[in-house]
Amino acid sequence: MIELKSVSKQYGDTLVVDGVDLTLPKGGVTSIIGPNGAGKSTLLSMMSRLLPMSTGWIGIDGLDVTKTRGDVLARRLSILRQDNHMTARLTVRDLVAFGRYPYTKDRPTGEDKVHVDRALGFLDLQPLADRFLDELSGGQRQRAFVAMVLCQDTDYALFDEPLNNLDMRHAAGMMRLLRRAADHFNKTIVLVLHDINFASCYSDHIVAMKAGKVAFQGAPDAVMQASVLTEIFNTDMAIHEIAGRKIAVFY
Amino acid sequence: MSLDRALPRLAPKATPGMVLTLLAVLALIAMVGFMTVGANGRWSFVLPFRGAKLAGMVLVAYAVAVSTVLFQTVTNNRILTPSIMGFDALYVLIQTLLVFHLGSLRVTEIDPRLMFLGEVVAMVLFSGLLYRWLFSGEGRSLHLLLLVGVVIGILFRSITSFLQRVIDPNEFAVLQDRLFASFNIADTDLLLVSAGMIGGVSLVGWRIFHTFDVLALGRDAAIGLGVDHKKAVTLILVIVAILVSVSTALVGPVTFFGLLVASLAYQVMPSSRHKHILPAATLIAILCIVGGQVVLERVLALNASLSIVIEFVGGLVFLTLLLRGVVR
Repeated sequence: MIELKSVSKQYGDTLVVDGVDLTLPKGGVTSIIGPNGAGKSTLLSMMSRLLPMSTGWIGIDGLDVTKTRGDVLARRLSILRQDNHMTARLTVRDLVAFGRYPYTKDRPTGEDKVHVDRALGFLDLQPLADRFLDELSGGQRQRAFVAMVLCQDTDYALFDEPLNNLDMRHAAGMMRLLRRAADHFNKTIVLVLHDINFASCYSDHIVAMKAGKVAFQGAPDAVMQASVLTEIFNTDMAIHEIAGRKIAVFY
Repeated sequence: MSLDRALPRLAPKATPGMVLTLLAVLALIAMVGFMTVGANGRWSFVLPFRGAKLAGMVLVAYAVAVSTVLFQTVTNNRILTPSIMGFDALYVLIQTLLVFHLGSLRVTEIDPRLMFLGEVVAMVLFSGLLYRWLFSGEGRSLHLLLLVGVVIGILFRSITSFLQRVIDPNEFAVLQDRLFASFNIADTDLLLVSAGMIGGVSLVGWRIFHTFDVLALGRDAAIGLGVDHKKAVTLILVIVAILVSVSTALVGPVTFFGLLVASLAYQVMPSSRHKHILPAATLIAILCIVGGQVVLERVLALNASLSIVIEFVGGLVFLTLLLRGVVR
């Protein structure tokens, strides 16, 4: 369970996240949606202790994220940010193997190799395993980073827009993969998503943010209502039901 | 890295082990050459005399190489080095202040070991304050860092040149002599103190060695993988500060040397793991200083200062890196 108690983040006079109280249940896929600047990524960064809070408390299974040792948390929670620029020149396999660092530090074991190979397989990366990251396209690189996070094998995995740079096939594949991680391996997946239709089709729970606050939350059926989404995104939306799924049309 | 792509890799198929062995052999040849070439005296005199100089050069090579690579790791870039961030300017300022306030006579009378310790402490304090402020924050831009470094360097240099203008001409001559980087270290006492300090920080570094590769992934990834980023970075910056202080106090300011060896190491090594890059950079540094000294002094019989040659080549590398757009 991820608990947030009156969490705020302030930059100078600007309140980016404004007293958020939120409880994300263990298990399942939770999507955070909302317009630009709603504070989604900031919230995710604070949950994963990448960004200090101005006020408030965040706990992962009761562990205070600001006080718990980094390596303890790293075996329980993993995070992928949007922008992953790095100076080190690594192959895909090297990068993915870093996911095992919280467990074995610098002494990789045979078991680590199994984890690495499995993560590479999940994301169709075996053919690219020995390529350098700077030789890959944006989408391939994005998949390599997701593989690293999966390789970390934590109960909680947080992703900030994991579908960035992915084509349709890989975006849908990615969401199916995360769905599978939640259903078969009992992982808790938290995503920041821009495409609300992906959120609608693959989530168990949707949290909608607006202006630093949680504006609405609930099951996809409850959130995917024309009135709710129009209010949140300030844009006229029509909801259609296609093959049993609610799809928002806003084009 | 655009540079990696732009230049043909020197060893496309070589393993890190092979490259390291080759570098080690070359460094060994340079060291043997330094000890023996052109020795026309009794060996019992030549060997200890040259041995002390060699030990000094190896210490400096190690300190410069390791400090630059680690600094670039924690700052996540391949172009800033401690020297470019105004370290050498501080050294010059300290020397000038000393001569200005105490007079050259008194300064030469100070126990060199005491002076040495004082310089190291001053530089560690300075870098501690500056770097801690610069790098503990939530990822400041590289351009800001570069700018701050350059501005601080200019500030120190301006104060220095002001003091040097108002100083007595005789004092100035003494001062100038102290400020040229020279790899001819003869003071064995200083060597022992330096070796002790370098050994000490190396032990500390060894204990957190496993974090280096993770830190190179960037702050967010490192925290995500469970590294206590703030603590690790602070510790590494202190290590860097001590290493740079020791090397600057030993041989004087060499601005671009660190950049030169670190860039070359990343260029020739087929891996960017620290267990490969750190020894490679150290061996290249030894090769540059010791080999350069042999060629310049013994073979070409020139009295030109090696530091000038190294600075020239290092400066060219710096410009090349800038022009090729490593800073993004």
